[in-house]
Amino acid sequence: MNESWISCEEVVEHLLDYLHRELDGDASAEIERHLERCHDCFSRAEFERKLRERVAKSGRQEAPERLRRRVKEMIERF
Amino acid sequence: MATSTRQSTPVVSQQARRDQFEQQVTLLMDRLYGTALRLARHPDDAEDVVAEAISTAWSKLDQLNDLDHMEGWLFRILHHTFISHWRRRQCRQNREVELEPENGDNRFSLFEKLHQPFLLWWGTPEKEFINTLLQEDISKAIDNLPDAYRIVTVLVEVEGYSYEQAARLLDLPLGTIRSRLWRARGLLQKALWQQGREAGLSKCGGQHPGASGGDV
Repeated sequence: MNESWISCEEVVEHLLDYLHRELDGDASAEIERHLERCHDCFSRAEFERKLRERVAKSGRQEAPERLRRRVKEMIERF
Repeated sequence: MATSTRQSTPVVSQQARRDQFEQQVTLLMDRLYGTALRLARHPDDAEDVVAEAISTAWSKLDQLNDLDHMEGWLFRILHHTFISHWRRRQCRQNREVELEPENGDNRFSLFEKLHQPFLLWWGTPEKEFINTLLQEDISKAIDNLPDAYRIVTVLVEVEGYSYEQAARLLDLPLGTIRSRLWRARGLLQKALWQQGREAGLSKCGGQHPGASGGDV
């Protein structure tokens, strides 16, 4: 990555890794600096962030009563 | 300390330990089931995975120094349980890991489909799209991902695993995790786009010539 200014294409290429906190500090800071100045990339990052939040929520689902009973009975036998 | 005490290490009775275990498991049950369901897709399989993981956790409880740290530990057991179930099934059915052929979907971007330049984020079609999406639409789109993409999505996007943790659990190179996530993101967004259009959520499909990404 260019140290002074990275392009929008480079941001798009690394955005997922950035949002997953998988970039090193310098690369991450470069993207943050770009996002502060580029409205379109900022909007894109916000969109991806919000979508990821909604995806993360899909891991929460009310457990069926049948499973709760099964686990309770199992634990009583431990 | 100068005081003479005859205190002994408190011994937690088996019953108290079991009660504490049950209490924690009960609190985590919705998340355990939700994660198992996203991984396994079918409610019966998800229930089996949760029950087996809880049974394994109890049998290994001595390895856990502090029951207050049970959450992360129990989820790791849940993921291991699912992965071994899944590997056994793949092996039994003599199936290769299902991978979608490369056709440009990994570049599909909902943002590029929806975004209209010069609008501020809080009044944009992409924000409206996200706000209108139902949680069940997202779950459905995840469930429809091929195994290879769904599993990394659940581990990284839902459970917050790092690429390295996911790579270790799945015994895959880091680069494979990264490329599958990238691909999964494209497939997921394309599915949401299609579902959204079918439900009439997006009023702006194809209206902005600046948008890139393959047409659906």
